[in-house]
Amino acid sequence: MRDFEYKAPATIDEAVALLTERGSEARVLAGGTDIIVQLREGLRKAGLVVDVKKIPELMSLAWRDDGGLDIGAAVPCHVLYNDAKVINAYPSITDSAKIIGGWQIQGRASLGGNLCNSSPAADSIPALIVENATCRIAGPGGERLVPVQEFCTAPGTNVLTEGEMLVSLALPPSGESSGSRYMRFIPRNEMDIAVTGAGAWLRLGEGGETVEEARLALSAVAPTPVVAGEAETWLQGKPATEESFAEAGDIARKAAAPISDMRGPADYRTHLVGVLVKRALKGALGRARGGDRNPVIPSGINLC
Amino acid sequence: MGKKIHVSTTINGEAVEFLCEARQSLLEVLRDTLTLTGTKEGCNNGNCGACTVLMNGVPVDSCLVLAVEADGAEFETVESIANEEHLHPLQECFLEGAALQCGICTPGFLVSAKALLDGHPEPTEEEIRFELSGNLCRCTGYDKIVRAVQAASERMKEVK
Repeated sequence: MRDFEYKAPATIDEAVALLTERGSEARVLAGGTDIIVQLREGLRKAGLVVDVKKIPELMSLAWRDDGGLDIGAAVPCHVLYNDAKVINAYPSITDSAKIIGGWQIQGRASLGGNLCNSSPAADSIPALIVENATCRIAGPGGERLVPVQEFCTAPGTNVLTEGEMLVSLALPPSGESSGSRYMRFIPRNEMDIAVTGAGAWLRLGEGGETVEEARLALSAVAPTPVVAGEAETWLQGKPATEESFAEAGDIARKAAAPISDMRGPADYRTHLVGVLVKRALKGALGRARGGDRNPVIPSGINLC
Repeated sequence: MGKKIHVSTTINGEAVEFLCEARQSLLEVLRDTLTLTGTKEGCNNGNCGACTVLMNGVPVDSCLVLAVEADGAEFETVESIANEEHLHPLQECFLEGAALQCGICTPGFLVSAKALLDGHPEPTEEEIRFELSGNLCRCTGYDKIVRAVQAASERMKEVK
């Protein structure tokens, strides 16, 4: 790996000043599970690496007075899925945190890093989208907010401009009668990149038999993670049944525009959208009705 | 050659200082500078887990940690698992059950398995397989490793 300068600023202002001064040759280091590999393999270059893990806001879980949560951009996955309050409020996020790489990766990798790496197959991005997360971005011009679904612009690129950094992911309060689930398909049980992934969140209407509102997001079926908006709208007011979920899955397939690659052909990925959306909605429904919210350990029986 | 940076850290309970370049991984410094060669280099890109160490109690791939990030942190490597007189029950069970062939993956498996049993003394087979999925073995087919971890879990219960 080519050498670079290393700085670990203690405040957001200091980090933004460094990133602004050094422009495109500066790279942010959070958990390092993508950037260190990319620097080593020459896929990205850096003259300066800015380690943001000494900045308190990037490493904290801050519950707000409204019941929502600000997740620091560099908080590692294992902190999230070992926190009962986070699991209870945002189970799709802890589902994804539990399957990004293995335990050693989860000890370092963060949601902020997963988002800024901006892979179309990132597991945590559909979960963040369905939990309605907003990116808090600091930059030379001050703070700005961007909804997660608008953050990625193409594989490996996003809306961050020179001098800007992701500070935290702001989640709204999770609300009553709601539940969420993220799942992906991979041809083994763990340690792989999604062939296709789907996040689902829903809130039930009074009586708990109908879907009042739903959010659906997909990974690895387009150049960026995408929202399945037509299926979300269709689900409003529909009975919370497997038939409705299967139909929503069929509609969600229209949002997919996948490529064929080593992980799977395009038509298979589109097929998987239907299967995964149905199953993720079913999982979200179970949780909305009080079912177990702990991350599901994939095994031979529940492959995805 | 880049500028050397001074790092103060704690490894296996001892205060350690070293000089490194910013580009160097913790794995490189452990093996080449500190001669703690129990930690192995497998893939050097975060897939295989042969270089697993505990960083502030959490398993990490030391190939994906910059050595400069070690400043102020605490580490445990495979060298800390046995004491002067005895192997750890995991090490005994790996030997008795022949849970290794070439042995390159073994230190990483031991560090991960110890962290697993310390936090979760009686994992199911499914949990062992899932939690150790960040450690790859290209020889054994994993069965003997899983059985060794199960045997160690039993043995550690008896000791208590």
